[in-house]
Amino acid sequence: MPDPLLELRGLSKNFGALTVTSDVSLTVLPGEIHAIIGPNGAGKTTLIHQISGTLRPDRGTIRFAGQDVTALPFERRARLGLARSFQITSIVPGFTALENVALAVQARSGSSFRFLRPVANEKALNEEARAALDTVGLGRVADRGAAALSHGEKRQLELAIAIAMNPRLLLLDEPLAGAGPEETERLIGILRDLRSRYGILLVEHDMQAVFALADRISVLVYGRVIVTGTVDEIRGHPEVRTAYLGEDALA
Amino acid sequence: MTAPLRKTLRKHALALVTLLALAAAPFLGFGDGFALGLLARAMILGMAAVSLSLLVGGAGLVSLGHAATMGIGAYTVVAFDAAGISEGLIVFPAAITAAAAYALLTGAVSLRTSGVHFIMITLAFGQMAFFTTSSFSSLGGDDGYTLYARTEWLGTRILDSRLTFHFLCLSLLALVWVGGSLLLGSRFGRVLRAARENPQRALAVGFQPYPYRLVAYVMAGAVGGLAGALLANATEFVSPALLSWTRSGELLFMVILGGVGQLGGAILGALAIVLLEESLSHLLVYWRLVFGPLLVLSVLFLPDGLVGAPLRLRAAFRFASPKRRNADA
Repeated sequence: MPDPLLELRGLSKNFGALTVTSDVSLTVLPGEIHAIIGPNGAGKTTLIHQISGTLRPDRGTIRFAGQDVTALPFERRARLGLARSFQITSIVPGFTALENVALAVQARSGSSFRFLRPVANEKALNEEARAALDTVGLGRVADRGAAALSHGEKRQLELAIAIAMNPRLLLLDEPLAGAGPEETERLIGILRDLRSRYGILLVEHDMQAVFALADRISVLVYGRVIVTGTVDEIRGHPEVRTAYLGEDALA
Repeated sequence: MTAPLRKTLRKHALALVTLLALAAAPFLGFGDGFALGLLARAMILGMAAVSLSLLVGGAGLVSLGHAATMGIGAYTVVAFDAAGISEGLIVFPAAITAAAAYALLTGAVSLRTSGVHFIMITLAFGQMAFFTTSSFSSLGGDDGYTLYARTEWLGTRILDSRLTFHFLCLSLLALVWVGGSLLLGSRFGRVLRAARENPQRALAVGFQPYPYRLVAYVMAGAVGGLAGALLANATEFVSPALLSWTRSGELLFMVILGGVGQLGGAILGALAIVLLEESLSHLLVYWRLVFGPLLVLSVLFLPDGLVGAPLRLRAAFRFASPKRRNADA
């Protein structure tokens, strides 16, 4: 087995008396899609926050690419190659789609304490940004203002930003949230194409998408991982049926 | 003319025309001492307003203490004057450095806050600077200080010519404006703008906004210091009133009146306020009664500021004209 890209060990977090993450241990291997499912309020997004560095865990360690990153802030983890998307779309509305992505390329291409040269004309940044937009199928709206994009296009844009960071691991927090059926289809196709290049930790409510994409699935209930397994193991797991899936999702 | 150049020229047309008008003003009947003094004041305040606009419009940092940097620049000139030194090659770099150092120290603390807290803490630092200058009894204290002489350059009293001073202010104003605009379009400026609109997004791709904001804050402070040193020369008198928080508010108003979206707006805003204040105060005793409502109206009806006014007028005209055609038909 290859060394895990991401390894959580005994991660715990309380908000006052409320335990939101309880002794969570899991791994993401290179090239693997590891999905996290669970009912609303199970602590999925809180877990993503701790992995990305926007929340500090109370106990436990996070190792990324062989390095303990538990104490590193959000932006330092991003520079190490840990890219995250947000449950609620987070883009720069006043920028064009291209500029949104070019910002991510810029972050890993030399110093940004450059004060005079117009950045909009930097070919190297723009070319890489265009390539990332093409990957998610947004090439044709590159020069459109990000605020004017449709909801689905914004989700794709966020994915393009994450790809442009040239990351090693993608943390995707409900990338399909609010997308229509067609957009969902397209996004699933994109994620499938991406799987060979990155490790992906996917939090998603759409069971069809999760079953179609995931190599392994962890089920989170009340902040605790009750089971980790392959798609088939999870489908057949009795505790999962009662805790989360319900009969219709398995039909 | 290439297309990008034409686009740039059109975007900045109003500010460019204003600068050209300022260049022509001395030869079009505004060459007397009074008019030149007024224009110099407007240009110097415009410079400070452009640097504030860089913070407000560019980085999203609404400072209510920017006048302090101007005051520190001016009081540096005063302090050297009191010590008998008036060589520009010493005084000006010192004024700029002092204001930049103030911005670095106060910015390092202030930038840890945001929103209303940032406004309050910059105001608090500004007031500290104000009371500090008021307590310098050797520099006139509350009464202020009259300079013995304007700053010399390599021993020549070149600034004594009002026309020379006019064009010095104008060139520096243009330089600050062009430099600031380039800055906003650079890599550095892109990080500032991204962090203004969505700090979470900036962090997510790996940019911690703090150092970028601090550098911008120090740059704006340095320009404030330059403006202060020039203002001391323009009026040959400096008092703590220069650092009062109402002065900071006035700078902020120049930025908003001119238009937050473009640095050139601050030039228009400064010019409009200085000239309006002057003309109204000659016409009426209670001129502030008119001045206040005018400002309120401008904010209500010109949300993009003066720089946005031509576009707004054109849009209004376009909106009106098809209707007229329909009525004719």
